[in-house]
Amino acid sequence: MNRLVSRRKLIAGLAIGAGGLLTGCDRLAKNESFRHALFSAENIHRWAQRLLTDRDALAREFSPEERSPYFRTNGTRNPGTPEYTSLAKGKFADYRLRVTGLVDRPLSLSMAQIRQMPLRSQITRHDCVEGWSAIGKWTGVPLKLLLSAARMKDNARYVIFHCADFMGSIPYYESVDLIDALHPQTIMAFALNDKTLDVGHGAPLRLRVERQLGYKHAKYVMEIEAVHELTSTGLGKGGYWEDQAGYEWYAGI
Amino acid sequence: MTTAGETQDTSPLIKRHRLSTRLWHWTNFICVSILLMSGLGIFNAHPRLYWGQFGANYDHAWLMLPRFPDWATIPGHYSLAMSRRWHLAFALIFLASLLLYLLWSLLNRHFSRDLSVRREDVRPSHIWRDIKDHALLRFQVGEAARHYNVLQKLSYAVVLFILLPLMVLTGLTMSPGMNAAWPWLLDLFGGRQSARSIHFIIAALLLAFFIVHLIMVLLAGPYNEIRSMITGRYRLPAERGEQDA
Repeated sequence: MNRLVSRRKLIAGLAIGAGGLLTGCDRLAKNESFRHALFSAENIHRWAQRLLTDRDALAREFSPEERSPYFRTNGTRNPGTPEYTSLAKGKFADYRLRVTGLVDRPLSLSMAQIRQMPLRSQITRHDCVEGWSAIGKWTGVPLKLLLSAARMKDNARYVIFHCADFMGSIPYYESVDLIDALHPQTIMAFALNDKTLDVGHGAPLRLRVERQLGYKHAKYVMEIEAVHELTSTGLGKGGYWEDQAGYEWYAGI
Repeated sequence: MTTAGETQDTSPLIKRHRLSTRLWHWTNFICVSILLMSGLGIFNAHPRLYWGQFGANYDHAWLMLPRFPDWATIPGHYSLAMSRRWHLAFALIFLASLLLYLLWSLLNRHFSRDLSVRREDVRPSHIWRDIKDHALLRFQVGEAARHYNVLQKLSYAVVLFILLPLMVLTGLTMSPGMNAAWPWLLDLFGGRQSARSIHFIIAALLLAFFIVHLIMVLLAGPYNEIRSMITGRYRLPAERGEQDA
């Protein structure tokens, strides 16, 4: 009876089963309507999270002792464009954050002006889509204050962040809806662990959107644009990784 | 090569598995296979595991593995985005079918009839005999084969009521959105990175369960066992005396 199931046969069987499933799945994923159905799971997750949980819930904040000893960088470590390099050389004295789009009063703010606004510090966990997490203290100005200073119009539904870094030839960008844009922990940060943000972590200003994964936290933000639809920016999916690689736009999952 | 249950066509054909169990079994089989393989694809993006709230390359990892080979992951090449799409879509189907099955099985009394452990089941002598029977590959025959033995009951109960729900909860604990909404998840598992580790460990346990389950089906008579999970009909294995003759 033992011969019926030899170890070799079992392993071979498992590998063949996995291979068969794999071939089937890879073929299915090329089918446009199947792919559409697969991708629609993102909307179900977002809908379920928004429906079943508190939209204004705060991400956990940690104590200073709970911070990571070292906060690694990821994505672009240095935009390296002539414009950015010259801004960085001047310690971002010539940097201006523009707030544009569906606003009544477009803004162009220096870092000195931004630092004079009401600030918020929070010790939060950063979760990369790859799986790692790091805890650090972020200081910056709430995005909500910037948007209300610019008098965002009522028909604005999303906020797009245009960045100084390029992925290949494509400028990085990201976007969030107003639930996250107006959330109290959503800040434009200029300091990490009480030090001015370095180039690796997104100097001079980067987004913190604490209930979503790391790729949403746009670094090197040059312009904040209020829009009604995401479809006319980039390839229309609301972000570089969403457009180029099929990552979820709603990265709260 | 002959196995119990496939030789004696004269022994009675009984109704073994309910429709709810059969439907869920195969839905779950597809979901868990896809979840496991796409999960390995996701793991490959950062094949290190940590304990606690945080963990990244410069922190102490309790487990570092080489990347899983392409044949073991969905898709069959490295794509974190597509592995996540598969994983997050089938996680929804997995959860919905699990909840439906749990509810249905409570209502049709599948759990209380077939999975509840009776007092005589847990006598040490009984458990010991069951372990010996399994080790000797001596399967239950005749009337005794109508019911699950205690090791079967315990392993199905552990998988159904502990491991599968823990997979859902540790999975949710990795979601930054759910962390904000349900912070108790972080306290329950001791942090996001701990939840990620537990998620991986339970996935390994479920794979082990699946392999043992598969071996048992093959040894007990794959035709009869698989038929019982498709049509619901199961031929009771003949008493040992008749069969060995």
